Formats: sequence, structure tokens, C-alpha cells
Amino acid sequence: MRSLHILFAALLFAMPAKAEEIVLGLSQDEVAITATFEGSHILIFGAVKRDGTETVEGDLGVIITVSGPKTPITVRRKERKYGIWINADSVEVDAAPSFYSVSTSGPLEAVLKGVEDLRHSITIPHAIRSVGATVEDSKAFTEALIRIRSDARLYSTFIGTVDIEEETLFRTAINLPSNITEGDYETRIFLTRGGVVIDEYDTIIPVEKVGIERWLYRMAQDNAVLYGLMSLAIAIAAGWGASAAFAALRR
Amino acid sequence: MLIYLPIAEVSVNAFLLLGLGGIVGVLSGMFGVGGGFLMTPLLFFIGIPPAVAVATEANQIVASSFSGVLAHFRRKTVDFKMGFVLQAGGLVGSGLGILVFNYLKALGQVDLLVKIFYVVFLGAIGGMMFVESINAIRRTSKGKAAPKRRKHNWVHNLPFKMKFRVSGLYISVIPPLLVGMAVGVLAAIMGVGGGFIMVPAMIYLLGMPTKVVVGTSLFQIILVTAFTTMLHATTNHTVDIALALLLLIGGVIGAQIGTRIGVKLKAEQLRILLAVMVLGVCIKLSFDLLLTPSELFVLGVAGGH
Repeated sequence: MRSLHILFAALLFAMPAKAEEIVLGLSQDEVAITATFEGSHILIFGAVKRDGTETVEGDLGVIITVSGPKTPITVRRKERKYGIWINADSVEVDAAPSFYSVSTSGPLEAVLKGVEDLRHSITIPHAIRSVGATVEDSKAFTEALIRIRSDARLYSTFIGTVDIEEETLFRTAINLPSNITEGDYETRIFLTRGGVVIDEYDTIIPVEKVGIERWLYRMAQDNAVLYGLMSLAIAIAAGWGASAAFAALRR
Repeated sequence: MLIYLPIAEVSVNAFLLLGLGGIVGVLSGMFGVGGGFLMTPLLFFIGIPPAVAVATEANQIVASSFSGVLAHFRRKTVDFKMGFVLQAGGLVGSGLGILVFNYLKALGQVDLLVKIFYVVFLGAIGGMMFVESINAIRRTSKGKAAPKRRKHNWVHNLPFKMKFRVSGLYISVIPPLLVGMAVGVLAAIMGVGGGFIMVPAMIYLLGMPTKVVVGTSLFQIILVTAFTTMLHATTNHTVDIALALLLLIGGVIGAQIGTRIGVKLKAEQLRILLAVMVLGVCIKLSFDLLLTPSELFVLGVAGGH
């Protein structure tokens, strides 16, 4: 009995009591990619739960990041050789999210300190991991990755789009474009005071192909021979059909 | 109406694809080519990943060629024996092409390879056709008859002779095998049927009569592109059946319309139009290679497999 008391006390001690905590809600807890998928909005809303002991100084801030599955990416730079532009130097980026969005409740300098950004990998440059680059100006390569993905509306930063009401309720809408890929989308909500993270809440929003999209994709991967034969059968049937239809029209 | 393509993993306008299929179909019906050399660069342009564009285009060509070859079956203008010999070479060529394609994909140079192939072949064929048809138009305006084609050249002195009854030829199997192989390599790398190379090669190199050339070319293109489709589907998983379906619906309808327009034009006019179009695509692609690109960096899947 006594040992149980000690264990309890130890557990309580190990869990630092948080003065402010995040309680979260989502408008949808999964995203389905259908054949007519045109992108999706996810409403992320929540509240700050307080136990009454205001311990941290500074203004309240909320930062929400949504990250698609991370994959290694090769960034190649074109160079003029023999008069034509060809891919020359390349840098391997170990883990780049397929989609990344950062929404904040205020200007970045106000809601997030540089050192906190580094620790939690919040802003886009920190969310991309690149080590072991062999090219001198490898920074230009990661910048190019961010630029290309930003142009494709896959990476974006929205300053001041998280609304905070009464220092308690917060909400924002995340826009998923139509060119996203499937996977688990890691959603992180950071609560900051004076730019220091005081609480973090993580959740996963699965994005999945459904219906015929899923069926075709799985078949192309798992039953490649059958899928190939089916593609050919459709092609031949369409070719025959058009020829027969127009021959019938001519008569 | 936006459609999310399951393999390409991009969302595109379905009517845009139907329209593209239709326009290329009209052109292919007019000129008797598969139209892959136009469609594949157009697919790159609307944002389909190159690997998916090349593999899917091979599948679409199966449809348009099959639609076209049926008419030739009825007229008995298909030399099956020649088709199978070309095909034997074609299978080896497709296999080689896929090997080269995958090797260069690993090196990150596949886009360059595809573009160089396009520039070189479109430039050469377009240029030759342009000069030839200008000469033909000059001759007809001067009222002179076209010079007769030489019946015998070095091709006819090679060993392993074989009789091709429909074409009325008794020649060595080596040249058709090589021609088939070359077209197979092109089909795999460029995602084209290779008709624009096959047709001149059959007329000028093999000396086949023009009336059996188009049917035989279509017949063997079906076999090569079907094989290429299977190879891409099983090794790279990059055939997008939804994309193919949208393109080929537009394509097969367009082809039938194009055939009608084609009958109303003179042969030289058709050839000169085709030559101008081929050269246009060639010039556009060479600008991409020669001019400083607006974005110097490209993204690729790491590892290349």
C-alpha cells in the first residue's frame, strides 16, 4: 500500500502540472480523396483549459501546423553543359513533407522564438530535414524545394489566420489543395506565451483515396499484371467501339 | 469538372483531357500517325508526371491504332508476316528501351533523354518531310512526274531472305528486325507508337508498297505499345487508367473526324502540314533545352526506384 503511494507521488511529480492546456476539435477527422476530389477544408478549433495558476508571462499565441507524409526528395540543379541545360548537382533531402501548412495567431516574431522553432521544427525551413549534403551551397537546394512546393500551393504560411477569442477559444481553417497525396497528416497545435511553447497537442488526420480511386491504385500496385491487361482490354474495346459506331453511322 | 487521377495523383479538368484527346485524335486521323509525339509533350505541359505520361500514352495509342487498323483488316492491307517480323525486333527494342529508361531515371536524366529524343527525331523527320513535300509541290506545279523510287538498294543484298507475299517483297529479315527494334526503343522511351518513323522507314528502307504501309505500321504499333504498356504497368506502376480512358474517348472520336478532313486534302498539303506541326513541337522542345530555364531546380524521388 505504501509503495503504491510512492508510485503515485512519483507519477504526479513526473507530470509537470500545466497551467494552460489545449482542448481540441476538428470539423472532420479524416479526408477522403474521391474521383472528383477538388481539395478540402478542415476546420480546427479548440480551447485553452486553465487550472487557475498563471505561471508563464507574456502574450498568448497559437500555432497550428499540418504536415503530409515525409519522404526523401532529390533536388537537382540544372547546369548548361555542351550548350544545353541538363541536371547536374543534386542534394538529397532526408525528409520533406508532401504538404505543409503553418497557421499562426500573430506575427511569427511575436508568437514564436527562434530557439523554440528549432526545437519543435515548426516553420517550413525547420520542418525539412537535410543532412549530409555534399554540395557547397546546399541551402539554395532546400530553398528551391520550398519555392517549388510553395508555387504548387503545397507549402504555405498563414500569418494571423488563427483567431483567438477571449484568450480562450481559437479556430482556423486549413485548406488542402486538390493535388495532395494520401497518407497520415500530422497535425500539431502549439500554445505559446511570449514566444515560448507551453503546450503541444498532436493528432493525425488520415487522408485516403476511397472508392474507385483506392481500388485502381491498389490494383496497379498489388496486381500489376491484371491491371495492365485491364488497361489494354479497355483500350481495345474503346478502339473497336469507336470504329464500329462510326461504321454504323456511315450506313 | 475536376477529376483526381489515381496514379498520377493530380487533379485535372476532365473536359481538358477529352479536348486534348479529341484534337490530337483529329490530327492523327488526318495524317495516319498515332499522335503520341504531340500528346506526350502536352501531358507534360498540363502537369502530368513524365513517367505517368509516357506509360499512359502507350496505352492510349493501343486504342487509337486498334480503331484505325480495323478498316485496314477489312481492306486486307495488313502484311501480317512483316508485322510479326517487325514485332520480333520491337519486343527486343521495348525491353532495351525500358532498361535505358529506368537506368536514366535512377541518374535523374530521364527528362533530358526524352527531350533529346524528341528534338532529334522530330527535327530530322519533320525537316525531311518538309523538304520532300515542297519539292513534290514544285514538281506538280511544273507538271513533271514524280521520279520513280529505286527498287533495289543495299538492303536487298543481305542474307536470311524471306518472302512477304502481301507486300510483294523477297528481302532479308535483318532490316525489318532492326527497324522494329529501333521503333521499340523509341516507343518505350518517348511513349509514342513510332508511326512517324516506321512509315518512312517502311517506304524508303524496306521498299514496301504505300497501300500496305499504314495498316502494317498500325498493326505492329498495337503489339509494341501493348507490350510497352505491360512493361510500364508491371515495373513502374505508372499506367493511369483513368487518364488513358479520358484521352482515348476524345481520341477515338477525333480520329474518325480527322479521317474525313484528311480525304479532302491533297497528299502534299497533308504532308507539309504534318511537317510544320512536327517541326513546331521540335522547336518548342529545343528552346526548353537551349534557353535558360526560369526554374533551375527540379524535384525527384530520392533513390530513383
